[in-house]
Amino acid sequence: MSRLNTFRAFTGARLIDPAAGLDRTGTLIVRDGAIEGIADDAPDGAEVVDCGGAVLAPGLVDMRVGLREPGEEHKESLAGLAASAAAGGVTTLMVLPDTDPPLDEPALVEFVARRAASFGSVTVLPCAAATKGCAGRELAEMGLLQEAGAVAFGDGRHAIAEARTMRLALSYARAFGAMVVQHPEEPSLASRGAVTEGELATRLGLPSIPAAAEALMVARDLRLAALTGGHLHVAHVSTAEAIGLIREAKARGLRVTCDTAPPYFDLNETAIGEWRTYAKLSPPLRTEEDRQAVVAALADGTIDAIASDHQPQDTDAKRLPFAQAEAGGAGLETLLAVTLGLVHTGKLGLSEALALLTCRPAALLGAKAGTLAKGAPADLVLFDPDRAWQVREEALVGARNTPFDGRPMQGRVLGTWKAGRRVFG
Amino acid sequence: MADSGFGQMAGRRRHLLGIGGLDPGQIRSALDLAETYISLNRKGGPRDVLRGRTLVNLFFENSTRTRTSFELAGKRLGADIVNMSTSGSSVSKGETLIDTAMTLNAMHVDMLVVRHDQSGAAALLAQKLDAAVINAGDGTHEHPTQALLDAVTIRRHKGTLENLTVAICGDVLHSRVARSNILLLTTMGSRVRVIAPPTLIPSGLAAMGVEVFTDMERGLEDADIVMMLRLQKERMSRAFVPSAREYFRFYGLDAAKLACARPDALVMHPGPMNRGVEIDSAVADDLQHSVIQEQVEMGVAVRMAVLDLLTRDARGNA
Repeated sequence: MSRLNTFRAFTGARLIDPAAGLDRTGTLIVRDGAIEGIADDAPDGAEVVDCGGAVLAPGLVDMRVGLREPGEEHKESLAGLAASAAAGGVTTLMVLPDTDPPLDEPALVEFVARRAASFGSVTVLPCAAATKGCAGRELAEMGLLQEAGAVAFGDGRHAIAEARTMRLALSYARAFGAMVVQHPEEPSLASRGAVTEGELATRLGLPSIPAAAEALMVARDLRLAALTGGHLHVAHVSTAEAIGLIREAKARGLRVTCDTAPPYFDLNETAIGEWRTYAKLSPPLRTEEDRQAVVAALADGTIDAIASDHQPQDTDAKRLPFAQAEAGGAGLETLLAVTLGLVHTGKLGLSEALALLTCRPAALLGAKAGTLAKGAPADLVLFDPDRAWQVREEALVGARNTPFDGRPMQGRVLGTWKAGRRVFG
Repeated sequence: MADSGFGQMAGRRRHLLGIGGLDPGQIRSALDLAETYISLNRKGGPRDVLRGRTLVNLFFENSTRTRTSFELAGKRLGADIVNMSTSGSSVSKGETLIDTAMTLNAMHVDMLVVRHDQSGAAALLAQKLDAAVINAGDGTHEHPTQALLDAVTIRRHKGTLENLTVAICGDVLHSRVARSNILLLTTMGSRVRVIAPPTLIPSGLAAMGVEVFTDMERGLEDADIVMMLRLQKERMSRAFVPSAREYFRFYGLDAAKLACARPDALVMHPGPMNRGVEIDSAVADDLQHSVIQEQVEMGVAVRMAVLDLLTRDARGNA
């Protein structure tokens, strides 16, 4: 169905648009794939979608999603990714470049964005490789990659390890107004580690990574951001110490932003229990004190966005002894529900929580998304903030390696629309 | 002795995956049963407790002594024993542990003794396998039968496992033997000290209820038991310690350092020993203190007890 000639009225909705500070009951009018405005009643001729009192908000913007096509389509194809996103209420997302081959060629960046667009349910914005091959040595062609559609640069799940390379990346990216996204982990302290260092790692006899590996890299990168004037974006922050450094740097006016992912504010290291490899993540789950620090940093605004950090793995990659299993958890389909947990426990207001999932990441990506403003694309998510459900891996639409398997949730996506077209629910 | 429900449940079977989770009663029942097997072994009487049962020894890491100990234990109880070598087999060709478990299930194995270089490997097998799984060492996690045989040895000499001061010395960071012994000895009410250079002490160890020393002579003061750990050669190449000679100077057990312990202290070592690295030959062979040979004898009896206890449900008697 074409996006043209659509004329819909979403009635009986609690409309929330954090970008505009809007939270009211009303009717949202959508015409030809774009938002026309808000009214009290459905206009004549509009097809009515009865929202039944549920929340209608901008489609979610997820700024960290692991991509497996090309190279590992058996873990999740782009089609599978699009379906997961729609089920999670996500209509715009940034994919990471560490595919096989990596997104360090303009043609590959174009391929990914164009192929994703063919599904019509989600806008895929590529983060291109900051260095050739994501190998951390030579700079990738940032200018050409940006022309091809890249919205940011980074090496995906690899830290840009060398200080000199990171300095060059931050410096060179300034020419294109782009941010450099860092996986904040000092590799020489992290090598082969499977869990965070401490009592639990010692009891299980697993190779571990000190939590300080994160703060160490963040401290270095903040210095380099100051040196170069570049925009540093720290991905999936998970420790109190790193957050403290970022908070302080922001107060000094440095160009630094950061995101975190639901496992880091909802779970702690005990989720790995007796060798649960679905809870093996990178960075690894942390202590309860660190989890609480992440929650506090979401509440005080230090953290700019919540991203799913969706990292699909198949059972072959996970059904192994813990240290040998691949890291990463599926996250698109649980992104909203886990985030709503912060609302239900009173840590965040509903509009504040949605801002972290919509307008704030959209601003970082320079994306025309994450708002209900007149003229914006009609990317929408409809959800019941109180509907109870339980995460079951076999019931997920896309990748099933969720660290939240079995967890009861409060809040469920009822429907997703992309440019006015229903793509889920 | 009442059936104490020895071991850990996974799937429908009891397994011995570690000392973690065992209570003092379970540990005592295994040690008591081991004692009866010690005297039986010395008399050499045949046993048929496990007649018609199949035990598979699946060793992903080389270990002649542990594998032989389990093999003897099984044979003395009348079991059929199969040793599966992993070099040159489908396992080394990339077959996963889960595939191996499925293959063994199809062969109707009753007991699987497994050693693997990955922590958690025994637990992973236990989830999928219909047999009783006995962890013969998984990565740097646990080696429960070693802790049980050490405990029998200690109890025979000291008459108790309570209120002893036990010093565990050496590469605790990489030692599954140390972890199992810490768990067992603290569960039974002894004081455990750990002595090692700071680079070989895992983070958060004190939370396991042990006292940590980096000075060996202070750590050995008044110790009833001195347990030495093997320092693997590859640990030195990864620079956890600068050299073997420096290690021996500060952390090797010689007569002078042993003099800090109680005069009747026992010297133990899980073997194989690196003489001149973690232990001086004169100390290792000093029968006034060293019970290293006796540990080996206890190993067979303890493993007989474990095999017996774990298969009682399946054999339908107690």
